Amino acid sequence: MRHFEVDLPVLQRLIQTALSQGGSYADLFFEHSSFHELSLRDGTVSQAGAHVDYGMGVRVLFGEQSGYAYTERVAWPEMEQAARTAAAIVSHEPKTIAVSPRVLSLPQYYPMALPWDDYPTEQQIPWLQDLNQMIYAADTRVIKVMARLAHATNHILFFNSLGELCGDMRPMCALSVTCIMQHQGRTENATASRSFRMGAEFLQAELVGALAREVVGRTAFLFDAIQPKGGEMPVVMGAGGSGILLHEAIGHAFEADFNRKNVSIFSDKLHKQICHPSINVADDGTLSHSRGAVNMDDEGVAGQKTYMVKDGVLNSYLHDRMSADFYKTAPTGNGRRESFRHMPIPRMRATYMENGTASEADLIAQVKRGVFVENFSNGQVQIGEGDFTFYVKSGYLIENGRLTQPVKDINIIGNGPQALADISLVANNGRMDNGTWTCGKGQTCPVSCGMPSVLIKKLTVGGTH
Amino acid sequence: MMHLDIARNALEFALKQGCEAARVELGRGVQSAFSARNRLLEKVHQAAGSSLGLQLFVEGRYGSYSTNRLESTELHKFIKEIAAKTRLLTPDPARSLPHPERYYKGAGDMQQYDSQQALIGSEEKRAIALESALEVWGSDSRMVSVETEFSDGYVESYLIDSNGFEGYNRQTFYNLSAEVVLRDLGDARPAGWWYEAALFKKELPAAGCAQKALDRALAKLNPGKLLSGHYHMVVDTMVAAQLLAPLLSALSGPAIQQNNSFLMNKSGTQVGSALLCLHDRPLLVGQSGARFFDAEGVATQSRTIFEQGTLHHYFIDTYHANKLQMSPTIGSPSLLEWGGGKGKLSDLLSQVDRGVLVTGFNGGNCNSSTGDFSYGIEGFMIERGKQGAPISEMLISGNMLDLWMQLVGVAQDARLCSSQRIPSLAFENISFSGI
Repeated sequence: MRHFEVDLPVLQRLIQTALSQGGSYADLFFEHSSFHELSLRDGTVSQAGAHVDYGMGVRVLFGEQSGYAYTERVAWPEMEQAARTAAAIVSHEPKTIAVSPRVLSLPQYYPMALPWDDYPTEQQIPWLQDLNQMIYAADTRVIKVMARLAHATNHILFFNSLGELCGDMRPMCALSVTCIMQHQGRTENATASRSFRMGAEFLQAELVGALAREVVGRTAFLFDAIQPKGGEMPVVMGAGGSGILLHEAIGHAFEADFNRKNVSIFSDKLHKQICHPSINVADDGTLSHSRGAVNMDDEGVAGQKTYMVKDGVLNSYLHDRMSADFYKTAPTGNGRRESFRHMPIPRMRATYMENGTASEADLIAQVKRGVFVENFSNGQVQIGEGDFTFYVKSGYLIENGRLTQPVKDINIIGNGPQALADISLVANNGRMDNGTWTCGKGQTCPVSCGMPSVLIKKLTVGGTH
Repeated sequence: MMHLDIARNALEFALKQGCEAARVELGRGVQSAFSARNRLLEKVHQAAGSSLGLQLFVEGRYGSYSTNRLESTELHKFIKEIAAKTRLLTPDPARSLPHPERYYKGAGDMQQYDSQQALIGSEEKRAIALESALEVWGSDSRMVSVETEFSDGYVESYLIDSNGFEGYNRQTFYNLSAEVVLRDLGDARPAGWWYEAALFKKELPAAGCAQKALDRALAKLNPGKLLSGHYHMVVDTMVAAQLLAPLLSALSGPAIQQNNSFLMNKSGTQVGSALLCLHDRPLLVGQSGARFFDAEGVATQSRTIFEQGTLHHYFIDTYHANKLQMSPTIGSPSLLEWGGGKGKLSDLLSQVDRGVLVTGFNGGNCNSSTGDFSYGIEGFMIERGKQGAPISEMLISGNMLDLWMQLVGVAQDARLCSSQRIPSLAFENISFSGI
């Protein structure tokens, strides 16, 4: 509370004001975020940025109705006005609730060994210069490197009409790089990134070296790659970034706001078998330092691991408080928001599939003609229809059980329930992809994803004819 | 009203910290949104915020910063910190403010502000959202939900720099959107959407939004897929701007300067068919997207981007002009308008014996270096010049430069509420992936 210069009586009065029109629940969300970045272009670190955002939001719920208002001035008149505005979502008899505070004890999934405030800009700059030099040294075809180091710290204070009082300090950092190469008159580009909730101990020589190798390898690969002949075919999704399949094909459709409104293709599937019994899919806020980790979500619910699919059965939707109340279940810690300017809604955290027993080679060997995909840039889903897509930056054709021609720049489309049911083999090589994954659902939200390699019997692959 | 002195004082304080030049933008916005679902007002969201953007030029170095902590103590502390941070960077001689001759020097009114907005009460806003939902709720047994949202508000900004530029603009906005979800065969729940937008309340259509969304959802029931192959493609005006987005990115100064554009070295050359005619019309008073000056204070002017398929202009701001040793143009487009075109969507369809009408894109991307693209699509078959059965779960792929050479038809049906007035477009011989 000291960070925001408010005290408990103020918080309690705000909650009383928020419930003055008969709302059944209210919460307060204070946030102070500071974001810093350094950019390298044309061989020099010649641009910096810093952005500060500060304010608080008041939310009032009544069943499935919600009122929300925020202020950028954490002073009584503005906060009271925000509380009155949010309160007006309902017009019932006012409730008088004695809100006794209860300080929540939360886990810590992202301790910082070296806080960013203790690691000055002068020491950050050389990491970008080293990355630039490594990339140029790795391949003479490199003509441009664009790199960016960013870190942010968010201070959160949360209080609600249940008396729950908690706070969080959330670090986030990312190092991302784009490499552009020219070869025999052609130009190609590729990107690579790493992002974690951690302090400046993030910056390690191994990390920079791995990023340099990765981005150079990805760019060089593209000169040999083609857009393949498209159509329906088997797809082997490589380990790691293929978790985008889970995010788009099922994750969004499992978010409980869509299901309580009955607009998701999975709305009637809770506790039903939806894929092979060997498949388990979790959404997890407890992975140490993961971009999707949350000590608490943005509704004061402790970070936790939620099995969306257990033994092939749709085990749980991803809940915020509103949907949990609707389904008469406990919230799963998925109520997240972009900032104090937004209401929380169900969002994913780190979404992954657990290992199977096959090897990746087993999967590829099963395919007579198909594609193997391993690097992705973006995806999308239509919640009601279930049609999802993801964009493949690079992969290979599979011909007679072997990887052959490199392929690139193809979109792949499928239908969520069908694709899930069509997963015929799961490998034992699961890993998380720790790139700068950011989910968009009206609000941006940092997430991560992971997966072992899987074989899907049939998806539609974009390509030429 | 904004307190313009905050910006002026911040500029003065930045210069006192040793900046040889600085640009400051004070922005403020207010918005309210009322959402209804079925027959219930479901959500009210009130927003009001301010922010101060600062671009500092310190000893040949440059940084771009922002904060919403505008109290003078906080602001001065912030400016001291960012000035010190900027000094740690490598000097970049290309960084500078624009030459003052390029500034907008008028005091015109773009007439984008509805002075009646303050008179609209929250009850009226609730009613607009609810009445829009009730327009169609319950009218079809397959209806799962109808969600509508009415939002309005205004944004204003004040831009000032140490070279003497000073500019202010403000505009109001009104949006009404609807999404209708139906129950289809199996578990599928197709959705149809529609939106209306206006700068003035009197220009916002009061009715019909949800009905259009319902009509679009009904048309999508029970979709199929076509065999993979080459087809004629017609792209509806509602989504045609998405095809143009990679071209606009490829024209930007950063993309050109970083050799990361498939339109590098194409100025003055033919990059599309003769029907590719696109103009930037920033001075259309009272229209969405119009503006007298850009983010640097540079005066806007009407420009031809493509004429009969030939590329005329990149979007080059001061920095990238200095880096590229080119003449600057403008940093970004304002109000894009297609030149030529005639008739409606149905006229384009009538020219196609067998093809695909694209009414929605589902994901996909475009390689900025090469122009190779692949997008998910949904829409309808075109059979003997008419809209036929719905299709989904298909893709188009190819290269942007080939695509625009295959442009064979342009309608004149662009929505005037958008700052990108892209009409329905027809292409020949496009590669579709399906069954």
